Amino acid sequence: MGKTFAKPEALSDQHTHYCPGCTHGVIHRLVAEVIDELGIRGRTVGVAPVGCAVLMYNYFTFDFMESAHGRAPAQATGIKRVRPDLIVFTYQGDGDLASIGMSEIVHAANRGEKITTIFVNNAVYGMTGGQMAPTTMPNQRTTTSPFGRNVEEVGMPIKVSELLASLQTDAYIARQTVIYPKHINRAKKAIKKAFQYQLDGRCFSFVEIVSTCPTNWGLTPVEAVKWAEEKMLPYYPLGEIKTPDKS
Amino acid sequence: MAFMHVIDSDRCKGCGLCVTICPKKVLEISEQVNTKGYFPAFQARPEDCIKCALCCTMCPDVAVTITASEDAGDPQQAASTEENDG
Repeated sequence: MGKTFAKPEALSDQHTHYCPGCTHGVIHRLVAEVIDELGIRGRTVGVAPVGCAVLMYNYFTFDFMESAHGRAPAQATGIKRVRPDLIVFTYQGDGDLASIGMSEIVHAANRGEKITTIFVNNAVYGMTGGQMAPTTMPNQRTTTSPFGRNVEEVGMPIKVSELLASLQTDAYIARQTVIYPKHINRAKKAIKKAFQYQLDGRCFSFVEIVSTCPTNWGLTPVEAVKWAEEKMLPYYPLGEIKTPDKS
Repeated sequence: MAFMHVIDSDRCKGCGLCVTICPKKVLEISEQVNTKGYFPAFQARPEDCIKCALCCTMCPDVAVTITASEDAGDPQQAASTEENDG
């Protein structure tokens, strides 16, 4: 018994700049694998966010655009409307999408743009040095909440997937994680489904991925995985939150 | 069909996620530093490896690959190559 495993073609040979144990690498690989399996590498355009994934155009072998902070859905809308034959996806973190880019993503989802968004939720601003994000867990310590997130002062973490699911426009919205191999397989299926909905021209598709940030959480990669499982997953339940068939 | 488990020690950042995920406890973190200054994972007990590819699935840096060759090959030789890669 045995399996083979190789780097997907859509991923370049470049070594990533991410910290050890950062799950961005896993999500990059899943996106690349899905694009290879669907055979759409020649007509895919990614829109990179501002955040840790700002240099992600180095790691893929298809076209990329870099957008202003939080404006990736707006840029993707423009690309998709001018060239409807292209497959356009945005890849955004929680500081980018849930804070600065909140209005862009809500309106892109509400217009039902035929784009795909991969939303990486690691409960903290990564690149800028671990500040509190809208998705930071209650009592979680960050550099701007040194005594823990005070929900009396700044409110509860935003569940972006549920928020977007409340819109009346058709959409595919799912939340998955990549902390263990079984979750990684499910996350890949969700990403593939999201791209498939776009290929079919059905609806806006959105996959939230609960991720880890060992460096800014101040944990080892292995501890970070456990922390995400114990603290984040109960608040951010996994699964399909909205499908165009049901709504 | 011969399967070969290879860890690219220069891609590896030594996060240790593969070490905890391995069902057969094959992997360990090396004492030797790689070109980027990390301590990479290596196959300490390659004979126990069942090529389940869980480490490949978990690795954030795509440092672990498993290749298959049609010819059965010499298992001894394959094992020594794996050690060198670690």
